Formats: sequence, C-alpha cells, structure tokens
Amino acid sequence: MIELAKVAHGYGGGDLFAEVSLTLSPGAFFFLTGPSGAGKTTFLKLCYGELMPSRGDVNIFGSSLRRMSRDDIALARRRIGIVHQDCQFLDHLPVSENVALPLAVAGRTPQDVGADIGELLAWVGLAEQAAALPPSLSGGERQRAALARAIITAPDVILADEPTGNLDWEMSLRLLTLLVELNRMGKTVLIATHDLALIRTAKAQVPARVLRISGGNVQLAGADL
Amino acid sequence: MTLLLRLSSDTAADRVVPPSGYTARLTGFTAAAMAFLAVFAVALSLASGRLADRWQSSLAQTATIRISAPAEQMTAQTEAVLAVLRTTPGVASARVMDDAEQRALLEPWFGPDLPVEALPLPRLVEITEDSAGFDAAGLRMRLAGEAPGAVLDDHTRWREPLVAAADRLRMLGLTAVLVIAGATAAMITLAANASLAANAQVIRVLRLVGARDTYIARAFVRRFTRRALAGAAAGTAAGMLAIALLPEADAAGAFLTGLSFRGAGWLWPLTIPPLAAIVAFAATRAAAFRVLRGLM
Repeated sequence: MIELAKVAHGYGGGDLFAEVSLTLSPGAFFFLTGPSGAGKTTFLKLCYGELMPSRGDVNIFGSSLRRMSRDDIALARRRIGIVHQDCQFLDHLPVSENVALPLAVAGRTPQDVGADIGELLAWVGLAEQAAALPPSLSGGERQRAALARAIITAPDVILADEPTGNLDWEMSLRLLTLLVELNRMGKTVLIATHDLALIRTAKAQVPARVLRISGGNVQLAGADL
Repeated sequence: MTLLLRLSSDTAADRVVPPSGYTARLTGFTAAAMAFLAVFAVALSLASGRLADRWQSSLAQTATIRISAPAEQMTAQTEAVLAVLRTTPGVASARVMDDAEQRALLEPWFGPDLPVEALPLPRLVEITEDSAGFDAAGLRMRLAGEAPGAVLDDHTRWREPLVAAADRLRMLGLTAVLVIAGATAAMITLAANASLAANAQVIRVLRLVGARDTYIARAFVRRFTRRALAGAAAGTAAGMLAIALLPEADAAGAFLTGLSFRGAGWLWPLTIPPLAAIVAFAATRAAAFRVLRGLM
C-alpha cells in the first residue's frame, strides 16, 4: 500500500531521519511513537505525499511519489483517510458538510458510496452537532469529526496524527475503539502518538506493531510497551 | 461555451471558499470602473472612425483649381482651364464658383458685406471626380501650359494629415481598451492573490482531502469571474447612460459632441462585460494555479 524505501528527510540543517524503509501492508495496525519533535508528523506527511523526501522514495499504491503528478497525489489521498493533529476544517461549513468534503471534492455524493452522513456522525457520537460549525466544537468533538471525515470514503489507509491529543481518557478509548473497528474491517491504520497507555490498550485488542522514531531511525519497538 | 459551462452553478464547489468581503467589493468596483472607462474608449474609437470616414469620403472626390491672373486675362484663363478639364479623363464635372459662393466662403472671416467683385480674388473652379479619378500630376502639367495662373489643389495636402489624425485617434481608443483590459487583469490578479492568501487554510484542507488543483482553482475562478461580470455590467450600463446623455452633435458640432454611438454601434459596449469576465477568468485561473503549484 504505502512503502518507504531508504527515505531521508530533514529541515534545514540535518536529517530528521535517514535511510528509513517501511511497508504499511493491507490490514496492518501501526503505532508511531517518539519524543516531541522527533519527526512523527513529518513521517506521516511523507506517507501521504505532503512532503517529498530529501532522498529515497515513497511508493503510494504502486506509484513512486517522485513520479506522481499533483493530480496523482490528490487521487491517492482519496484512498487515504487523514486525521490531522490540529483537525483542519472549513470553519464556515457545518460539521456534516465538512465530513462529506472528501466526497464533494471527488464529485460524489454520500448516496454514491452508500454512506449516510447522519449514521456516520451518530457512530462517532456527533449526531447532535451535524449542523454546528467547527469552531463551536470541543477538542474531542473535533477529533471525532476529523475521524468521520477521514473514513467517509472508505479509504484503504488511515493515518492519524495524535488523534487523542485533546481527549480525556474515556474519549481516547472511544476513538481507539473506532480505529480498531476499522482495522478489523481490513483498513491499514497508522497512529502517531506518544500516549503509551493508549498503545498498551490497543495491543490488547489488535496485533498492533509499534514503531519508534529515535536517533534518526524508525525501528520496531520492543514488546515491553 | 466552455467558459459558460465552467461558470454554471456548482453549489458544493462554490461553498468551499468562504464569502469574503473586501476582495469581492474590490473586484466588482474595479470591473465597474474599468468597464465605465472602456465604454468611453470604445465611443472615442468609433467616433474617430466615423470622422475619418467622413473626411475621407467628402474630400476625396473633389478638387479645386485656383486661378490667379490679371483681370484682363482672367476670363481667358478660366476658359482654358475648363477646356482642359473637359478633355481630362477622370473629371466628372467642373464648374466655376460664382461671386455669391465665394462670398459665402469668405463670410466667416470677413463678414457678409465683402465686396468680392472689387477685390483681386482668384477665381475658383470646383472639380468633381468620377470613380476612376484623374491624374493630378498630368493635369498640373497641362494647366501649366494652357493657363499659367491656375493651381490645382486636390486637398491631399491637408486631407491626409486629418485622416491620419482621425485614424490615430481610433487606434488610441482601441489601445485604451487594451490597456484597460490589462489593468483589469492586473487588479483582479492582485485581488485573487489576496483571496488565495487569505484562504490558505481552506486550500490546505481541500488538498488534504484529495481535491485536485482544478477543483480548488474553479471555486476561486467562478467567484471572481462572476464578480467581474456583474461589476462590468453595472459599469457598462453607467457608461452607456452617460454617453446617451451627452449633447447631440449639431451641424457645426465640435468633435466631442460627436462622441456617441450610432445605430448598431450601441451593440459594441455590450461586449465589454463578457470580455471583462474572460479577463477575470484567465487572470484568476493563472493566479490560482501559480499559488497551488507552490504547494505540495
């Protein structure tokens, strides 16, 4: 699905990481952890083509990122559900339209893909907020709205950047349950987080693997998490 | 047709860009002001064209022979000139202007009581050419031999600069239209750039969820094109009204009173709003793609 081959990337001075190779295979569940500033967000951006690696290549659904046109990248992103760290929304549109945005930009309607916005919002616990504008939502509600938007196109891969960063523990568990459910449906999930308790809870439910960014490398972490 | 299809309503795509205040007003005002000026530039161009045509047609078919001779030779030279003209190919008719006509010509400068018959004025012969025209150089040579006091004035000397001036005025009008179109494009580009910068977050979100550049650009292009069309329509209407309210040209009308549209000429300014829309479409599209290409 998404394959990083000897990828190096950095900003200005040096590399955040170098020679990273990793394959996100279908149905896999990954956690990406590491200290703040280690490059978790950068790693995710490389996975969905928002950043071009300094060296190496990223293969997205069989296409080299280096050879993909801007349209190719846009089309690939329709198969990737992204839950951004700061839950970017169009603040002038209600939650329901924000959630349906990935369909709108693809020229499709929820009916085209058999999706029911109301049902989806109810699934993430936002049925009452369908008509609300994003700025009026709490942090947790924004995270769940972002998740709903990420999965409305039934993407093959879900990339979530600190999806529980603004949530209390109860809400974090609820969001995790949603992601585990999606993984069981066959979706590939990669969650960047530094919440070790969340990782332990997830590992009790799914065979999740943990990647740690450290010292410029991305390595599989030990089983002691 | 493609432009019309692209301008057709796409509510979902249009709604992704939040309504913005000052860029909308700026675009509409710019388009209106430029369209207003363009109406006058078009009117100037058309009026100059009419003027050039009028001078060209009214003067091109006539010429004058001026006979300056002592009083005792005047009749003989006049007869000689008429004889030469009768045998000159290209001359349809020739007639000697009488004293009353000469008095009328001089009246604006000397008043109505000028004693023409007492003054040593040259005799004037008016020539009307046929469609083929005559050989002016050949006629001059024959006149020099038959009537030494006769001088042919085919109006070329002062007609050509006048027609050239009118033609240049027409070109100036057309150039003004082009300059206005360029200025409109520049201003709309600035407004579009401001709008794109103000909506950077919107563009980021749209890219994040898989929007292609054409989808994002279209949302901005539609908005600016419609604003320009509406603004230009208002400006054109105001300009046409102003032209319609100008005083009518009278017989001795000065050039400026002729600055109006005639007949089908009133249709020309109606092309300004669609042209403004095309300019806005191209300018916004170029600006949008330039900004989008800078993003990953």
